[in-house]
Amino acid sequence: MGIEIKMPALSPTMEEGTLAKWLVKEGDEVRSGDILAEIETDKATMEFEAVDEGKIGAIVIPEGTEGVKVGTVIATMAGEGGDRVTAAPKAEESAPPAKPEAAPEAPKKAESGTSKLASEAKASVADPDLPEGTEYVKTTVREALRDAMAEEMRRDERVFVMGEEVAEYQGAYKVTQGLLEEFGDRRVIDTPITEYGFAGVGTGAAMGGLRPVIEFMTFNFAMQAIDHIINSAAKTNYMSGGQMRCPIVFRGPNGAASRVAAQHSQNYGPWYASVPGLIVIAPYDAADAKGLLKAAIRSEDPVVFLENELVYGRSFDVPKVDDYVLPIGKARIMREGKDVTLVSYSIGVGVALEAAEQLAGESIEAEVIDLRTLRPLDTATVLDSLKKTNRLVVVEEGWPVCSIASEIAAVVMEKGFDDLDAPVLRVTNEDVPLPYAANLEKAALIDAARVVTAVKKVCYR
Amino acid sequence: MAKPTTPRPSRAKAKAQSPASADHNRPRPETPSDYKATKEELLEFYRQMVLIRRFEEKAGQLYGLGLIGGFCHLYIGQEAVAVGIQSALQPGKDSVITGYRDHGHMLAYGIDPNVIMAELTGREAGISRGKGGSMHMFSVEHKFFGGHGIVGAQVSLGAGLGFAHKYNGDGGVCVAYFGDGAANQGQVYESFNMAELWKLPIIFVIENNQYAMGTSVNRSSAEDQLYRRGESFRIPGIQVNGMDVLAVRGATEEALKWVQGGNGPILLEMKTYRYRGHSMSDPAKYRSREEVQAMRDKSDPIEGVKKYLADAGVSEDELKKIDQDIRKVVSEAADFAETSPEPDMAELYTDVLVEQY
Repeated sequence: MGIEIKMPALSPTMEEGTLAKWLVKEGDEVRSGDILAEIETDKATMEFEAVDEGKIGAIVIPEGTEGVKVGTVIATMAGEGGDRVTAAPKAEESAPPAKPEAAPEAPKKAESGTSKLASEAKASVADPDLPEGTEYVKTTVREALRDAMAEEMRRDERVFVMGEEVAEYQGAYKVTQGLLEEFGDRRVIDTPITEYGFAGVGTGAAMGGLRPVIEFMTFNFAMQAIDHIINSAAKTNYMSGGQMRCPIVFRGPNGAASRVAAQHSQNYGPWYASVPGLIVIAPYDAADAKGLLKAAIRSEDPVVFLENELVYGRSFDVPKVDDYVLPIGKARIMREGKDVTLVSYSIGVGVALEAAEQLAGESIEAEVIDLRTLRPLDTATVLDSLKKTNRLVVVEEGWPVCSIASEIAAVVMEKGFDDLDAPVLRVTNEDVPLPYAANLEKAALIDAARVVTAVKKVCYR
Repeated sequence: MAKPTTPRPSRAKAKAQSPASADHNRPRPETPSDYKATKEELLEFYRQMVLIRRFEEKAGQLYGLGLIGGFCHLYIGQEAVAVGIQSALQPGKDSVITGYRDHGHMLAYGIDPNVIMAELTGREAGISRGKGGSMHMFSVEHKFFGGHGIVGAQVSLGAGLGFAHKYNGDGGVCVAYFGDGAANQGQVYESFNMAELWKLPIIFVIENNQYAMGTSVNRSSAEDQLYRRGESFRIPGIQVNGMDVLAVRGATEEALKWVQGGNGPILLEMKTYRYRGHSMSDPAKYRSREEVQAMRDKSDPIEGVKKYLADAGVSEDELKKIDQDIRKVVSEAADFAETSPEPDMAELYTDVLVEQY
């Protein structure tokens, strides 16, 4: 009886991959554990190994095929039994150690709430500062971040990158891919798993005149290091009467990831944004990721740079200009509208854009603002938009209490009260630790439907 | 303990044959000998130690008068450590970082007592413009990187300074001071690991004054011979009589030789003692008056140097002259600190960030 071999999911976020190479051919006898193929995801190349014994029947997807969706039949096998499960991935370069591997295709794939978070939505408004006719290059957020670091490292000898798995492993999320090769191990440094320690080492190096870029595998692990980020990096310039600077960038993925549950899924934006002495940046698309990371590395101040794992693999247009550096502290209008203002940042921007698209179908024109920098907040752009729309909803992939949304609501109360035709509403995650179960996770996270509902409320529709 | 020795307590000696010495083939620093100081050097040690002592006494006084607020940790009793180590470093090349008991260190680096005292009183002329206070003082010019209030933080930060020395290849060494209390913080060991792994040029100095606030070393440390705390990271440790400036200087010379030889970090445990409480608000119920008095009588670092000076033929009158000069310096610093204006209200908002966004 024939067994179908299907394209496996090799990371929590993988939806498709490239069938790089077949290591077996039709008619080969395979035993469980034999490597069948090499599969490339956006993160790594993985070996795919057989679970069952039998003879390879037909190779359905030839090697070199890109964009093979998870679950697609890639080969058939004449097996001995009627085994259901056919193959399991073997990690060559696996996802980060603390993260569980996704199981091979189950009969019914549980849909993670995050699948709706990472939107394909893009800005519909071009950067007015770019000259007309600027060429754009499709770039993933992951590549944009790497390019930003590489460019700054070429420009300034003092810049170095340090963190867990940043060098030989090429980055737990492949963000630092290729940096070791170009810059060597003096400037691309693997650390032991010792967040508090290396955050302190980085901070001390910045005090000593260098320009460290400290990568946290995720910001969840930076909680062990938050003392140095706040007490050592953020406060020193003030405490020293302006004598001792700390030009450092702490960067890494932040916010909910896919099916990794509470300890690996949290948005720290509001935490860091509450601290005077820090700059906090949380970009959405690839162009902003590049332009703002370059600005962060050049800043004389300590910067917390919050990325999002779920958008690392998304492609956006990045302007092809030399030295693309964006201003810190400036929000960006992603879509223009006159009926309601949607304020968001990071992955929430995609959700807001998607909601805006849906609302347009119901003749509500939403203006979408990407805050981009959480500290200092560009309140002027928010208030200007409110003047036009008189209605405001904040969309935040994070908890509601003491959030950026709360802060925006307070700012609007204080400075935009007379412009309001309806109360400010917050669309945030549920006020619970993020659960693992797919249905609960989905229920806990924001989505476009909730934004649409909130907008209709403030528009009294 | 006026005798110029580098004692190793009998307990440590007995343990020298323990399994920790299994990899005895590993190169180790030589046993340091006491520094042979010239008469001029001895006079300078004396002058600096007396300056620290008188300065700290004055700070204690001003605290009592309400002119200094918050926490104020005095260095009295520990003077030989900062003075002995600093005298071996190269100004402008080597860097230094310490915790919150920092006034004494700053004086040893030649930082103007006026701006230190003015910081203690929270004035505009203070070295941190009155915004840091006793625990948060820095002088980038002197490569003195603070002055840190979080116990143990300076050890990781110091490893970062050592990293910068190595990265820049400037030949400098970082000295990171911390107390016996900080020696139980986890990040100290994270830093030890990386410092040895990457052979960073850093001297870790434990100022073991025997009490972490009110908890004695024996009550807080499973391994109370703190110089051994680096062993499992292959960082050699030396226990030093921190009450004797020549022993301190001698050990520092050896440590510098080790670190500058590219061997990576080294750990110096300075056995010392603070005469005053942990901070000004410490009633010191955890130790007896007799214990403190015995240390003052037998081991005082300033009295120790006085004996060396006498041996070198320096007269009492000469020392008295130095004492008088220092009293003048300290009283001027106090006047300066009392009469300087408080920071301008606009200072509240300056220096939060360097750049404008």
